[in-house]
Amino acid sequence: MALKIVKGSIDRMFDKNLQDLVRGIRNHKEDEAKYISTCIDEIKQELKQDNIAVKSNAVCKLTYLQMLGYDVSWAAFNIVEVMSSSKFTYKRIGYLAASQCFHESTDVIMLTTNQIRKDLSSPNQYDTGVALTGLSCFVTPDLARDLANDIMTLMSHTKPYIRKKAVLIMYKVFLKYPESLRPAFPRMKEKLEDPDPGVQSAAVNVICELARRNPKNYLSLAPLFFKLMTSSTNNWVLIKIIKLFGALTPLEPRLGKKLIEPLTNLIHSTSAMSLLYECVNTVIAVLISLSSGMPNHSASIQLCVQKLRILIEDSDQNLKYLGLLAMSKILKTHPKSVQSHKDLILQCLDDKDESIRLRALDLLYGMVSKKNLMEIVKKLMLHVDKAEGTTYRDELLTKIIDICSQSNYQYITNFEWYISILVELTRLEGTRHGHLIASQMLDVAIRVKAIRAFAVAQMATLLDNAHLLTGNTQHSGICEVLYAAAWICGEFSEHLEDPMATLEAMLRPKVATLPGHIQAVYVQNAAKLFSTVLCSQEGAPADSKVAQETSQLLIDRLPVFVQSDNLEVQERASCILQLVKYIQKLQQKDVEVAEEVTALFAGELNPVAPKAQKKVPVPEGLDLDAWINEPPSGSESEDEGRKTKGKAVFAKEESRHTKPRYTEVDEKELAKRREVRKAEQANNPFYIKASPSSQKVYQEAVGVEHIPVVQIDLSVPLKVPGMPMSDQYVKLEEERREKNKADRKKKDKKKRREKGRQRRGDSGPESEEDITPAHMVDIVTEEMPENALPSDDDDKDPNDPHKALNIDLDKPLADSEKKLPVRTHRPDEVLKSPIEDVEGLEVTSEPKKKSGKEKKDKERKKGKEKKKKKHKQEEGEDLMEAGSEEPVQSKVTNDVAAQPPASTPEEAAAVTDDPPASTPDAGSGVAAVVPDSEPEETKSSKHKKKKQKKEKDKKKKHHHHHHSDGVREESVQNGTVEDEEPLPPMSNYALLAENSYIKMVCDIQGNLHDGSQVVVSVIFENKCDSFIKSMEFNVMDSLNSKLQRPEGAGPHDSLTVPFHLPPGISNEARFIFSVQSIVMPQKLKGTLTFIVKTEDSSTHEKLDFKLHFTCTSYLITTPCYSDAYAKLLESGDLKGSSLKLEGINQPFHHLLARICFHHHFSVVERIDSCASMYSRSIQGHHVCLLVKTADQTVSIDAKCDEPGLLRNVLDEIKLTFSQC
Amino acid sequence: MIKAILIFNNHGKPRLSKFYEHYSEDTEQQIIRETFHLVSKRDENVCNFLEGGMLIGGSENKLIYRHYATLYFVFCVDSSESGLGILDLIQVFVETLDKCFENVCELDLIFHVDKVHNILAEMVMGGMVLETNMNEIITQVDAQNKMEKSEAGIAGAPARAVSAVKNMNLPEMPRNINIGDISIKVPNLPSFK
Repeated sequence: MALKIVKGSIDRMFDKNLQDLVRGIRNHKEDEAKYISTCIDEIKQELKQDNIAVKSNAVCKLTYLQMLGYDVSWAAFNIVEVMSSSKFTYKRIGYLAASQCFHESTDVIMLTTNQIRKDLSSPNQYDTGVALTGLSCFVTPDLARDLANDIMTLMSHTKPYIRKKAVLIMYKVFLKYPESLRPAFPRMKEKLEDPDPGVQSAAVNVICELARRNPKNYLSLAPLFFKLMTSSTNNWVLIKIIKLFGALTPLEPRLGKKLIEPLTNLIHSTSAMSLLYECVNTVIAVLISLSSGMPNHSASIQLCVQKLRILIEDSDQNLKYLGLLAMSKILKTHPKSVQSHKDLILQCLDDKDESIRLRALDLLYGMVSKKNLMEIVKKLMLHVDKAEGTTYRDELLTKIIDICSQSNYQYITNFEWYISILVELTRLEGTRHGHLIASQMLDVAIRVKAIRAFAVAQMATLLDNAHLLTGNTQHSGICEVLYAAAWICGEFSEHLEDPMATLEAMLRPKVATLPGHIQAVYVQNAAKLFSTVLCSQEGAPADSKVAQETSQLLIDRLPVFVQSDNLEVQERASCILQLVKYIQKLQQKDVEVAEEVTALFAGELNPVAPKAQKKVPVPEGLDLDAWINEPPSGSESEDEGRKTKGKAVFAKEESRHTKPRYTEVDEKELAKRREVRKAEQANNPFYIKASPSSQKVYQEAVGVEHIPVVQIDLSVPLKVPGMPMSDQYVKLEEERREKNKADRKKKDKKKRREKGRQRRGDSGPESEEDITPAHMVDIVTEEMPENALPSDDDDKDPNDPHKALNIDLDKPLADSEKKLPVRTHRPDEVLKSPIEDVEGLEVTSEPKKKSGKEKKDKERKKGKEKKKKKHKQEEGEDLMEAGSEEPVQSKVTNDVAAQPPASTPEEAAAVTDDPPASTPDAGSGVAAVVPDSEPEETKSSKHKKKKQKKEKDKKKKHHHHHHSDGVREESVQNGTVEDEEPLPPMSNYALLAENSYIKMVCDIQGNLHDGSQVVVSVIFENKCDSFIKSMEFNVMDSLNSKLQRPEGAGPHDSLTVPFHLPPGISNEARFIFSVQSIVMPQKLKGTLTFIVKTEDSSTHEKLDFKLHFTCTSYLITTPCYSDAYAKLLESGDLKGSSLKLEGINQPFHHLLARICFHHHFSVVERIDSCASMYSRSIQGHHVCLLVKTADQTVSIDAKCDEPGLLRNVLDEIKLTFSQC
Repeated sequence: MIKAILIFNNHGKPRLSKFYEHYSEDTEQQIIRETFHLVSKRDENVCNFLEGGMLIGGSENKLIYRHYATLYFVFCVDSSESGLGILDLIQVFVETLDKCFENVCELDLIFHVDKVHNILAEMVMGGMVLETNMNEIITQVDAQNKMEKSEAGIAGAPARAVSAVKNMNLPEMPRNINIGDISIKVPNLPSFK
């Protein structure tokens, strides 16, 4: 044997290690991929070897390859093997690999729970540390739920190194398992005052991270943080706290006042720039929150702005950047104070550093006024031309549009200038923001009526020069502009100078290369143009020939679109083509058609607010969830589904729902509402009526003076040589302003400002007033439905994981909450490697020691008391300790028993309903929560072993015992669990019995620490609408298996289930059985009696069940190393047996997972379609399996030192697979 | 929260990547490439903050980086981290590497990426800063290395010998490649303790 080991290590020396791999890759620069693929082949070979050193070396190399972008998820199982090595060296390699490549959907993660739990409780602090670090990267909701208790215990570990890691990882646990937040929070709070600065810092870190997302829940911690802030010297902690205060002050202005002084002190005393900056930042936040209440804090704001100016002027680019960043915070609430530093910010626009330029751009948003908008945008346009990267240029583009369009185009005085800016922007190559420009064009053209003529002219030029935009398909982003151009030209075609030319431009063959949705708009608007052209031509009868030519043009050009592969284009084109053909026929008969054609496109389109649809209030008495017609039977609904699926091409699915909704409002109601709406619209000055007459009225009201002052030459070419076009408007605008000023002086007396938009612009700087907009544009406010619901929650992301953490933490913990509602899948086993047994090196892991100690404690009652005191501070959260002591335990149980009826049903539902959503076996519909769950070993140690002889069934009797949940049962198996689903959702809980009131499912597990004990966890689910109480559980003992009852109870007494069940709630209780022989499976008959309490009556009910203790349930998952396994097989002590399963067509790893999961085996080694597995019974029997698969046949060769047990286990495995 | 820590050299070759959120391998490589692209085109004397790339979280996140000789150290963080604080943390990280490797250079990172990961694990855990005190970090790293050595024991000796022989025989000895040292002493750092 020893020779083997030496030989192994010599072999290993010549294996490629990580350094060799790296070196090899560097030497194969030309054919790196090929070299790596040979390396991966080598690694695969190495992973097949028994030697854990070889394996971990291979895993180490895989981690490196993962960094280079190779997917190594196929080795996930090997990584788990390396993680479970007992040597720290290998364990660390395993955990590193896992942290780099495991994630929530890695399926082997579910195999790691017990390994991680073992490492967490390892006596070696670095084993624990490495496990915590790894876990922090790949924790899943299941792991979080299963390990939350263990980690919480570690928060009070003696070593600060472990404490700080445990505290930090709790944040991840909270995220994945929000139910743990409330129970764990008191201890987390405690850690804020931990003597070790590292632990303290970790706790601050976690709480700040939590508070940042839901600040209002943490306001009550403010005094504590205040104390920390004034006492701590750790800058990290200070920064975090100060940042946190920044988030808290908006919620509690009084806090802000208190903060100013210590913050100012810090600013003066600290030498760390980072701290100083955060202080300034928080002072700003404080001032903002204060001044919102009292307006006269502007002096302090000015002071802050001055300080920031110093930062911005600093030569250190980092400070400059941060200064600008902080400045933008002030900008939101105090734009005026920032505006005075316009010079500085404009200067930053020229900085060579892009980050700084971007920050300065943000600030510009608040800097603009009517007066300087053109100047600033001109400057930005220069930057656009210079910008080298598309990202920065796109940023500039969006900023220009943002700045111009902010608060309803408040600062734009000349829309011709703005349109020309937009047109200039279309010349940007490769921008992603074509749609943005397009929507601006549309918006302006629709809402600013006075500008339409100009806009149409510009758009016509754009259409004519479309080839410039689409010359390269790469620039497809910008061709979105054509969408807007085509629509504007079509819709407002009456303003076109030469509609015929534009029509021709829109029907060029090249258009067919544009994206479908744009083509569709082209086709539709070509028709609109056509109607306009007809109108103008039919006036003069001599032109009838021309009119016919126009029709011919359409008939010639449209077929290209009829053949389009885009459905929308095709449909519109063929429709319009037929129309035109018909019109042509009429034209040939000299019929005047223009008027009728125009009628097709008559009517005005009004802008609608983007959220209007969402804000339509639900009419009173309308229940959107109620069925309008009772749902059809299953087969019909399926048919319908198919039908609507077919229709979905034309109508989105929602339309199906909305339509019937409205049918419910009756005609009368509709008429009434129409009246109300009309009345309201009449009173609303911003509502533009659809009828032409009302429009006229409106225009008259505006007055003649508001017609553009400047005469615009409509034939401006796209580009003026030498000078960009928008500059012209800048000049014109300046002239206009001059002229305006002169005018105003003249009619000084008359000067009274008309009602209009300027009112809104009054916030601008002083000179603002002197500028009259060139157009008294009627900016139409977007239509909103009447009675629109004001709601600001539209923007909240429903998927934000932090939403789940919005939990009130100030509410005192209910008794049931003091413990984590953890649903343990299996007893907390302490895993032992068989090597340790074989070599007699019994490694007693921590929990085992504890339980031993506790036994002694129990004997000496005084000792118990002492211990209780010691753990008092842990508020009963330390389950291991609390559960082991009888007085404590019974108290807890009483509390639990009393609690559920006291709490409101909602509360109880909230506690119990949530977890199953994340449990893999939620499919069974069982809400499995154990408010009083206790790790198994403590329970088992509580009672003395009882060994009794096998015996035949006894008669049923119902005895009632008041006893805690610590009841033992005999081991049973649950391989018979129904498991038709593929891998991930497997449940150990099998249905025990069910009637119309209650459902019982159970899981049976052996107890590692006591070879004669089996734990049965039963989940009781209340299925009826009534309260279920006084549940009593009894089982008829056999000679071999006995229910453990409290001392003093008779052998036939039943046990009280320590809780009540409100309707719809489920809860779990554990029962301990003592068992003597584990060779045979066994069935025990039992009865559950309970009282169903309705409002006026209560009835006694009972439910019979049969507990099936299979041999598998006596097995305990125990990992085994391949060398020890080999030794075991060589020893010759084991007797063999075999099994063949036919017709198994599931993947091999599923098969293995099934055996692991249902029969408590662990995989020792797997090579292709062959695997060796190991398990151990509670009485120490070794069970070894060799599983092979070929062509749907699985053969299992098994060896065990107890042939009877083996035979039964194999039968049970067979049963498992016959059921799936 | 720190979203990711990346180290790559002047040519964009990854030397260490640590993502605290899950991405597929391809996305990870894309993020590294994108980040390199963003960072590498920046001059030496510009600020160390960068608006996040498209891939890793968008505008909510910031890239904070430092450039040492041939290597870029990039931290991608969200708004809860202090920018200057992270810059200091990078400095602590690099100084720790310098102590642990004795005059660290790019080659140390190339050949011992696992060790770098172990050091990093003592500083940042699951995206949150665990420890900023350099001495404490080094103490813990050393203690773990000592454990590793004691576990290797005699069995490890031949392997080490062979490794040394391998290094000797190869014409391309890592130290021969002249990539230059990482200059650790960056002047004018806001001190952070």
